[in-house]
Amino acid sequence: MRNKYSVFSLIKNALSYHENWQRAWKDPAPKKEYDAVIVGGGGHGLATAYYLAKKHNMNNIAVVEKGWIGGGNTGRNTTIIRSNYLWDASAGLYDHALKIWEGLSQELNYNVMFSQRGVMNLAHNLQDVRDLKRRTHANRLNGIDAVYLNTDEVKKFCPIINTSPDIRYPVLGGTLQRRAGTARHDAVAWGYARGADAMGVDIIQNCEVKGIKRNRDSVEGIETTKGFIKTKKVGVVAAGHSSVIANMAGLKLPLESKPLQALVSEPVKPIIDTVVMSNAVHAYVSQSDKGELVIGAGTDDYVSYTQKGSHQIVEGTLNAILELYPIFSRMRMLRQWGGIVDICPDASPILSKTSIKGLYFNCGWGTGGFKATPGSGDLFAHTIANDEPHKLNAAFNLNRFVSGDLVDEHGAAAVAH
Amino acid sequence: MFLINCPYCGERDQQEFKAGGEAHIERPKQPTELSDDEWAEYLFMRKNIKGVQFERWNHAHGCRKWFNMVRDTSNDEIKAIYKMGEKPPAQ
Repeated sequence: MRNKYSVFSLIKNALSYHENWQRAWKDPAPKKEYDAVIVGGGGHGLATAYYLAKKHNMNNIAVVEKGWIGGGNTGRNTTIIRSNYLWDASAGLYDHALKIWEGLSQELNYNVMFSQRGVMNLAHNLQDVRDLKRRTHANRLNGIDAVYLNTDEVKKFCPIINTSPDIRYPVLGGTLQRRAGTARHDAVAWGYARGADAMGVDIIQNCEVKGIKRNRDSVEGIETTKGFIKTKKVGVVAAGHSSVIANMAGLKLPLESKPLQALVSEPVKPIIDTVVMSNAVHAYVSQSDKGELVIGAGTDDYVSYTQKGSHQIVEGTLNAILELYPIFSRMRMLRQWGGIVDICPDASPILSKTSIKGLYFNCGWGTGGFKATPGSGDLFAHTIANDEPHKLNAAFNLNRFVSGDLVDEHGAAAVAH
Repeated sequence: MFLINCPYCGERDQQEFKAGGEAHIERPKQPTELSDDEWAEYLFMRKNIKGVQFERWNHAHGCRKWFNMVRDTSNDEIKAIYKMGEKPPAQ
């Protein structure tokens, strides 16, 4: 039985010096066989397991994670959540996620610190202005809140932005999605893990997948560092390492894995109460509840699994941030890190069946997967349980690279790719 | 970030180069006879190897010539560099 978190449990545990809190999830050894195994214990993988158990009554399932849960890109992203994508398919996918975010803390009984502080995207040239206006209209036709702001309105919404017309890339306007915002990324992984574990899902950490066993065109199980696990359904949610798993099964994916960097400053008092993104100069910034500026940089252009990234990428981002926010000129940066992102040619994800029966892939989220975590888990669980995609993820199949029916968000939406 | 020994210019900062993706993907000889599956394979599908990978690079801010590289993508260590048209070294 899982104890509920509440103000009463907080008081009760305070009386015993917080030494008797129940474990949030167990640490089981793998069973010999499961109905389904999820490979990858990040937010998307844990959410998939949670919804498989909750909505599809699949309780004899496991999540295997080679490190610790939430230690990959879930703990490395810049926590931005929004759904202002251009194309109908993307709008459906990302807004489905945003709607789940809005009730997630209550549903999981775990505070994911979802904060709808708004996301503003800036325009720096006439083409940006046209693109952002077009996207605002497209969003509204899809029922997604979006407004276009002129330069004065941008300044009013975020006064520390330098809107002077004589900077190298002046701010000509911007869009605002008020329902967008941020959430605490670790809490998302922990909340889903706790919720899934309570429904009987085995979360197996330090368990790396070494091979996928097939009988002709069907999956029979996976080889792991903790032994062979028999299962007929394998859902791979391995982000930057998706191709590594695919190669084990003899599949090729349309992905390239690249390092994406982020950094945070020393903590300061509240100075920016929203998220501001600029694709043209590649600068985006928000402030964490601890007070750090959270800054997302770009990807390197070569394939690498090093989780580092190049110095000049950070330098370019900071140059742009300094021009847009002169007030940050004396801020010191505290930490920098990289994560490996799997980028699709059309910058849209893959949530799909494969040519091998029982093998499913949820990958290709590239530089922007965190925002989709709950929706991705929900739709991928549906795909695995029914062996058919949900209508919201039908467009995100692997076959689109054969048919040519791409969801081309590259450069078309507010995406900072 | 690492140094690359351009076969024409010598050792330079990686920043001067542009990565051109996986090497030795042959352009279809008879494009009109390709099926959709074969087009997808040629255009989009990549091995995306974690480990030793064969790649094309371009010295974009230098001599602007293309060449091939063998690189370990798990630690960015360069194993070999050879010119276009040359046979890849045995690994």
